[in-house]
Amino acid sequence: MKRHLISAADLSRADALLVLDTAEELAGLADRPIKKLPTLRGRTVVNLFFEDSTRTRISFEAAAKRLSADVINFSAKGSSVAKGESLKDTALTLEAMGADAVVIRHGASGAAHRLAGWVRGSVVNAGDGTHEHPTQALLDAFTIRRRLHGGTRGAGLDGVRVTIVGDVLHSRVARSNVLLLSALGAEVTLAAPPTLLPLAVESWPCSVRYDLDGELPKSDVVMMLRVQTERMTAAYFPSVREYSRRYGLDAARMARLPGHAIVMHPGPMNRGVEIAAEVADSARSTVVEQVANGVTIRMAVLYLLLGGTGFPEVAR
Amino acid sequence: MCATRPEVPADRQGIAVLDAEEIRRALTRIAHEILERTHGGAGIVLLGIPTRGVPLARRLAARIGDFEGLAVPCGSLDVTMHRDDLRLRPARALGRTELPAQGVDGKTVVLVDDVLYSGRTVRAALDALTDLGRPRAVQLAVLVDRGHRELPIRADYVGKNLPTSQREVVRVLLAEVDGADAVLIGGDGRRR
Repeated sequence: MKRHLISAADLSRADALLVLDTAEELAGLADRPIKKLPTLRGRTVVNLFFEDSTRTRISFEAAAKRLSADVINFSAKGSSVAKGESLKDTALTLEAMGADAVVIRHGASGAAHRLAGWVRGSVVNAGDGTHEHPTQALLDAFTIRRRLHGGTRGAGLDGVRVTIVGDVLHSRVARSNVLLLSALGAEVTLAAPPTLLPLAVESWPCSVRYDLDGELPKSDVVMMLRVQTERMTAAYFPSVREYSRRYGLDAARMARLPGHAIVMHPGPMNRGVEIAAEVADSARSTVVEQVANGVTIRMAVLYLLLGGTGFPEVAR
Repeated sequence: MCATRPEVPADRQGIAVLDAEEIRRALTRIAHEILERTHGGAGIVLLGIPTRGVPLARRLAARIGDFEGLAVPCGSLDVTMHRDDLRLRPARALGRTELPAQGVDGKTVVLVDDVLYSGRTVRAALDALTDLGRPRAVQLAVLVDRGHRELPIRADYVGKNLPTSQREVVRVLLAEVDGADAVLIGGDGRRR
């Protein structure tokens, strides 16, 4: 594994499996009376959040605390960033405070990559603009493996058909998932309106369809993406209602999925837009599981990045 | 010790100090000792330390079951996250922690490992166990005690005491993991 986790492409198949297998062992911790391990005692993890986030920030915080690391939370609101401090100066401040790892969420694509050049500790990308969100992809892969393969250690996702639906253009989750899931052997298909597909999507390791209905009966996993209106600077579809009709997952569409198929959503959900409430609350939905698995996966990532000296060479 | 050990694979370096038959006998004796010391094995839980402590714990549980006709709860206890040398090496893959359904509260836990050396693994195991519950007592069973303790820890049940030099390497091979049973000693200069 590399020193930083900036992109899902930083992870080879063996690295990704190491993270998933480590998480599988750590998953038992949630059921124990003492949900804490002493492993990262004395290490400092800084959560640097320039964008709003509920689950990712809390999830990283819980993960670091369960490993006994000290956690410093930083949000741009109420900090010197509001006075115009640059990312670099903020980074140097953190460096002076001795951060062993910096978890960064930023609105600009590439912010995590830039930060990695300025600090000595490990940088974990918790979402940079419309670029990547690698720990989300890891927790999604973990959730898929647990649901479809019972969490078998060492198993990849070979042959699992994953359809990612919706606003791919603005989604860092989609890009990280395409890279990671395909590295793990899954067959990924994007189903989205042409206006919501990024440039050069044909170079991604996946296939692209404009029609969702044709993909449903062939899917083991359907991953719905949030329509990110806050990043939309133009009219990408005529109306929300029309989008919902063509690309929203409602009960009728869910009924066309194979019996074992699962429905995922990275959250936060727009109920009634990309996913109907009855689908989000159904037994096929893994939304709540994904949140729980997020803590486990982030513990595994922090342990593998900070738990030893140097960085694990995968010997498998 | 005997001269020919045909069951030891040729590519495993070192001199065999215990063969499969001797390991079997040592485990049988330990199983009897556990029964004796725990007054018939009431309330015991065997916890193996990965990797090779786990099959050893299973074998001991099976023997005790054969002798006394009781089902002995058996599990595994990974100590990686509690080690004191984590920062000296790259982060390593975790082993499995699996407790029997009854848990460890109020039980007599017998930790099982292959080799007792510095005692640091056992120290980590005691810490790991504390987070899982409060056993009535904790005991330690090892197949080989090779000496050179760095902490005040001793084993309650020992398969074989093996005086070694710190430069020597002791390797335990078990059929479940390595395809054959043997204890080998070799001198390749590194600390194990």
